[in-house]
Amino acid sequence: MGDPALSRRGFLAASAAAGVGMTALSGCGGDSDGGSSGTTTIEWWNISTTQPTKDVWAGLAKQFEAQNPKVKIKIIQLENDPYKSKMTALTASGKLPDIFHTWGGGVLRQQVDAGLVEDLTDRTKGWGDALLPVSREPYLLDEKVYGVPFDIGMIGFWYNKALFDKAGVGAPPTTWSGFLDAVRKLKSAGITPLALAGKEKWPGMYYWAYLAMRTAGIDALRKADEDKDFTGDGFVQAGQHLQELVDLQPFQKGFLGAAYSTPTGQAATMGNGKAAMELMGQWAPVVEADAGKGLGDDLGFFPFPAVEGGQGALTEVFGGGGGHALRKGAPQAAVDFLEFFASATTDTELVKKTGVLPVVPAAESALTDPNLSAVQTQLKAATGFQLYLDQAYAPAVGQEVNDSVAGLIAGSKSAQQVAESITKVAKEEQ
Amino acid sequence: MTSTFLPDKRSTPGADRPPPATAAAGRTRRRVLHWLTAVGFQVPALVLFGTLVLLPMLFAVYAAFFRWGGFGMPEDFIGGDNFTRLFQDPVFLGDLWRCLVLVALSLVLQLPFALALAVALNQRIRGRAVYRMLFFAPYILSEAITGVLFGMIFAPDDGLADQLLGTFGLDGLGGQWFADPDTVMATLFLVMTWKYFGFHMMLYLAGLQSIPAELTEAALIDGAGPWQRFRHVTLPLLAPTLRISVFLSVIGSIQLFDLVWIVTAGGPDHHSETMAVTMFQYGFKRYQVGYASAISVAMFGISLVFALAYQRFVLRRDLEGATTTMRGGGS
Repeated sequence: MGDPALSRRGFLAASAAAGVGMTALSGCGGDSDGGSSGTTTIEWWNISTTQPTKDVWAGLAKQFEAQNPKVKIKIIQLENDPYKSKMTALTASGKLPDIFHTWGGGVLRQQVDAGLVEDLTDRTKGWGDALLPVSREPYLLDEKVYGVPFDIGMIGFWYNKALFDKAGVGAPPTTWSGFLDAVRKLKSAGITPLALAGKEKWPGMYYWAYLAMRTAGIDALRKADEDKDFTGDGFVQAGQHLQELVDLQPFQKGFLGAAYSTPTGQAATMGNGKAAMELMGQWAPVVEADAGKGLGDDLGFFPFPAVEGGQGALTEVFGGGGGHALRKGAPQAAVDFLEFFASATTDTELVKKTGVLPVVPAAESALTDPNLSAVQTQLKAATGFQLYLDQAYAPAVGQEVNDSVAGLIAGSKSAQQVAESITKVAKEEQ
Repeated sequence: MTSTFLPDKRSTPGADRPPPATAAAGRTRRRVLHWLTAVGFQVPALVLFGTLVLLPMLFAVYAAFFRWGGFGMPEDFIGGDNFTRLFQDPVFLGDLWRCLVLVALSLVLQLPFALALAVALNQRIRGRAVYRMLFFAPYILSEAITGVLFGMIFAPDDGLADQLLGTFGLDGLGGQWFADPDTVMATLFLVMTWKYFGFHMMLYLAGLQSIPAELTEAALIDGAGPWQRFRHVTLPLLAPTLRISVFLSVIGSIQLFDLVWIVTAGGPDHHSETMAVTMFQYGFKRYQVGYASAISVAMFGISLVFALAYQRFVLRRDLEGATTTMRGGGS
């Protein structure tokens, strides 16, 4: 299935020979790529391998086929990691699928630079521009549109309202010093302030990334990647602020060995009411209820606090989502499908059935979960957007951020050393 | 022992040899046919071995001299830079140190423990088959399952280990286990011992059973005490088994991966990382496949040097018989 060594046309020929390709049969061996008289087959590569999404998406493809009798959608699904490595191989070979899943950011830029991705700026005019602005950000490169989102989310603090009340913490903090005060109050009330999965490293990275956004600012994060230099004052300060937090020993017992979604991990600690906060994405309530008991109405959400004197604002969000891009020269039917997929009707169905956040403003009414609504409110009010660092940066740089921040949290690296080791790896990556 | 069979062996080939009267052409043709048959049977295996084992290994050596992201062909030749970097990398140097620590702990604690158990279970005691089975059982579990299991046992607060210690009022001892840089290696070694001692015990039991009872009886009649019997009869005769067991234990420590990856992923802060874990991190997380190849080449080199040296200096006596036979067969 979908052997990358096989060219697309070769693949179609093979499937025709096997009698699988209805397309080629009806087209009588004609050019199946976009012959005006024949049927067009579009390959749609995605990572929705779990239910209910898998069935919902297959149903939507059928619906589109019914509306467009001359178009066939061929769905190819891969799990997250195999998909990433397969796409890297396809990028190297110079052939991408008609429609493919993308997270935007650095990987998409590589594919665009290789001349493999269709510029959708003009072809999505009107309907594409009407989507939630923050959700379009990951796919905007040099002011051009290279992808259409179907999901968007962000990282923020999830907190236990009951434990906040118990410790006498009033409203959720909006500044870093206020946040540290809240941590101190929780601690003195005998409550573990924060749950953290130290074994997995990426949850710890969120703190540093957000602090860097607040101190150095989003532009500095982009510029640092371009210049291969993360040693600026803002980045060292981010580490120092994280150090202030670590010095308060705010994390649960044994957090350095804790995983994220296991029964003894970060989400379970939070979901069982054993910690007051966790810094996590919009999926947190689901995982908390899955790995632990879940907090129900006690669960609340607040954005990462602003740092006094920093370049960033409270309303700038750190997050990411999912979208689709097209290969260069993809048939018009592929663009039509993206438009269909980003329609209010489709998005409403996706929000209702698959738990994603709406990217079409008209689909917002479908959102009934109060937690997700809280996230959506933040996303709508966003004044800036930073994509997840491991997607925005080269893999080695993203991993080094995770690794050295984990070192800082474990007490083996200083703020200065974190900035230096990220810079070193960024320079090695050319 | 083998040499006594050699004359027989030499005399046998003549028996099925065709009579000397056969034409030379027919003999050649038969020889070619024979050769073709042999090749025909070997080709599939050789092709598989070549493409799936030999070629990737050679390619890893090649890739180790490039800066390479793992896709397309390696193009950015950087000479020995990956190896220079390797031996300046504190994580890799730490891996080497931790490997040595694990080997030392295994030799000093794990193997003697397995030996003591094997000697004990070699006695006639009630239900020894059950004990043997019980002690061997952990070895049958996969590394992955063992990892998940002990991850739960050593979880802070709720874990079985902490709960048990709690009932004895030893709260101060529990808690960190895998989560503290200072205790993670000890805990890991505990799990490794639990997992592998049964295997070594089985090896020793098999070795013990091949020691003729007459020898022990003779020593007994000569007035040797239990320790003397163990020291001067059992241990020398068990030596070949011990040498193999040490060899397997060392190679296992060099290649240790699954268990560590699942339980700690090398953490906290690299304090339980092994060479294989570091290689995985660079190869599949950071996509620095050239550097990861250099790590794997270093691992291969270390294993090879150890294996050759061990065979040359330690296993020499055990292999003597084998080499003699090969020479004998060739003549």
